[in-house]
Amino acid sequence: MPDLLAARSQMAMSLGFHIIFAMVGIGMPLLMVMAERRWQRTGDRVYLELAHRWGKGTAILFAVGAVSGTVLSFELGLLWPTFMEHAGPIIGMPFSLEGFAFFTEAVFLGVYLYGWERISRRAHLAAGWAVAVSGMLSALFVVIANAWMNAPTGFRWVDGRAVDIDPIAAMMTAAAPTQVVHMILAAYASTGLVVAGVHAGGLLRQPRNGFHRRALAVALLVGAPAAVLQPLVGDQSARFVARFQPVKLAALEAHFPTQRGAPLHIGGWPDEAAGETRWAIEIPYGLSLLAFEDPHAEVKGLLDFPRGDWPPVAIVHLAFQVMVALGSFMALVSLVALWQMWRRRDLTRHRWLLRALVLTAPMGFICTEAGWVVTEVGRQPWIIQGVMRTAQAVTPMPGLVVPFLVFTALYVGLGLVVAWLLYQQVARSPKVAEENAA
Amino acid sequence: MTGLGPAELVAGAILAALTAYVLLGGADFGGGVWDLLAFGPRKRQQRALIAEAIGPIWEANHVWLIIVVVLLFTCFPSVFARLAITLHIPLALMLIGIVLRGSAFSFRSHYGPGHGEETGPGARTSAHWGRVFASASVGTPVLLGICAGAVAAGALRAPGASGSGGFVATFVAPWLTPFGLSVGLLTLVLFAFLAAVYLTVEARDPALREDFRRRALVAAGVVFLVAFGALGLSLREVPPVGRGLTTGPGAVALHVSTGAAALAAIAALWWRRFRLARLAAAAQVTLIVWGWALAQYPYLVPPDLTIRDAAAPRITLVLILWALVAGGLVLFPSLVYLLRVFKREPAGP
Repeated sequence: MPDLLAARSQMAMSLGFHIIFAMVGIGMPLLMVMAERRWQRTGDRVYLELAHRWGKGTAILFAVGAVSGTVLSFELGLLWPTFMEHAGPIIGMPFSLEGFAFFTEAVFLGVYLYGWERISRRAHLAAGWAVAVSGMLSALFVVIANAWMNAPTGFRWVDGRAVDIDPIAAMMTAAAPTQVVHMILAAYASTGLVVAGVHAGGLLRQPRNGFHRRALAVALLVGAPAAVLQPLVGDQSARFVARFQPVKLAALEAHFPTQRGAPLHIGGWPDEAAGETRWAIEIPYGLSLLAFEDPHAEVKGLLDFPRGDWPPVAIVHLAFQVMVALGSFMALVSLVALWQMWRRRDLTRHRWLLRALVLTAPMGFICTEAGWVVTEVGRQPWIIQGVMRTAQAVTPMPGLVVPFLVFTALYVGLGLVVAWLLYQQVARSPKVAEENAA
Repeated sequence: MTGLGPAELVAGAILAALTAYVLLGGADFGGGVWDLLAFGPRKRQQRALIAEAIGPIWEANHVWLIIVVVLLFTCFPSVFARLAITLHIPLALMLIGIVLRGSAFSFRSHYGPGHGEETGPGARTSAHWGRVFASASVGTPVLLGICAGAVAAGALRAPGASGSGGFVATFVAPWLTPFGLSVGLLTLVLFAFLAAVYLTVEARDPALREDFRRRALVAAGVVFLVAFGALGLSLREVPPVGRGLTTGPGAVALHVSTGAAALAAIAALWWRRFRLARLAAAAQVTLIVWGWALAQYPYLVPPDLTIRDAAAPRITLVLILWALVAGGLVLFPSLVYLLRVFKREPAGP
């Protein structure tokens, strides 16, 4: 395996692993404080039990997120020292702010998990909110740093180095707003719907179980609105890509010749050698309309760009299709569930809805992984769009396949253990009959 | 040396964060060492006390390391790049230790005994996680110390500049030295020493307190032996550090203070003045870290990267200093609150 490929694989694997735990670290705290708040308001002890269990799940997931995040902060240098040497002074600011947000999250998670008997109820709930808010802020700052790689600003690149650095301007990169909101919504949608799916499954087996009912209601309140809003933000994000990263847009749409009134490709397989996309369903004018709000707008195709500037088209196109398809399905199921909740219908009467929720459970995470593939692989061959190529940034250290395999084995093992622990916890859900619950 | 500018202030902040990591995060690793070495009639109570002391705070303590890394790559990017390239192997191994220590501890704390599984398969798995946690707590500090030793020894030249430029010469030889290993060992025993001293304060049961008092006294003795060993090796193997450590500006005063703090810690342990011992031990370890920093000032990575030369543009440094002030305003009250909540008796049932 060539070193560059090994380095990219290790980075992709590390990010792909960490993002799951990072998202849960944003979403779960919101679930646990909502459950605790309901307990404090209603005195219903089932909500207290939920807050305890969700807190416990958050604890191990946050711990794995914290250590895998540490690995990433080092890997930025271990794998891409040249990138960090140039980008550090420009984009280190949001990383530092993220450090403080993460610090706050760690402090108050400690207070929350171990402080049930030590502080007042009000202080305990406030600690939970502090965890939820600082988790969200961490995402904000880190995604700003990533957005800068897509639309770098706040410096001039002269003779292979950055001059006139302005870290504040770098943080104001045009890519940030949509990318940040897209990521935070993804965290709420994925976490909320995976928990909803688990308890929908519980209700399919025990429709009268009050524990699952309450858990499902809280989880949907976090996950469903985010899942409904997500396609709208995604659309904004795609429009940004159309303007700032036309090659990425062309790759994710598998759009080869430049065209006015370009069609939208659904599915299909891009043939890079032939420069065409086969077996796709084409929606006439769809791409021009979505990207530029004008059915006759010209959309630049891959063939108009040098071959050396193309990302791997098939991977990016496929990942984009997966994200859009599953994301749309999640939005649809969430909309139906919210509608039923708003009409105060008993969700357990609709077994088809519970089944659909079980089906959507893993989709948020799959979408997020696919979305990051679109963002990161779609930016290739650049590590800083238009400024520095990934191949220029990689470490001179040889034999990078070894750390790649070692860290992969470590994370696969860790992932299996976490999955087993969570499975054990879910399997031991209490059997609270609906009538005794209150 | 032309006075203090923003670069020196950020370097000072990095030193402060590193000191905090050593004093707080280091002691958490030291706790893992005593978990591994737990023996005697109160073996279980020893482990329980360690878990209780580390549980609520280890993640917060761990973040100091991330602060060090982030400040380094933002404000001294060439230093970060140099360390990441030449120390790739020990840093990667250290990361594996960090991952295993943190996850295993969390798995054990939240799904082990005391959580409805005192016996049976759950307890066995928990003992298994305990061993992973404890072994990773031993390995990680050694690797951290090896990296520090390589920096102090001035062995981390730009890749390609070190003559032959072979794999071993560039990526292994600079850190795999007797001096590096001695600093790794010193880091380990210092962390264990800190943990034992802190645990004498945290133990409520007098017998348990005596357990950790004896451990702290033994560790203090080992620290002396290893520290003199490392100093000896530094004189033989790495002249620049040896010179800085023995004759550098203020070096003598610093050595006298370090020795005084070490003796004060031992005396306080001997007469069971545990809070005083904790203060003295923390002072001793702080002075060791600062002594290292002073010995290589103004170099961040000797022999060529100085604070001034490696610093990022002024605007970055100034903004980071403001960010540190703003972050500190949130962080320090939060940390004080965390310690106030957990390092005192529970308010009652």
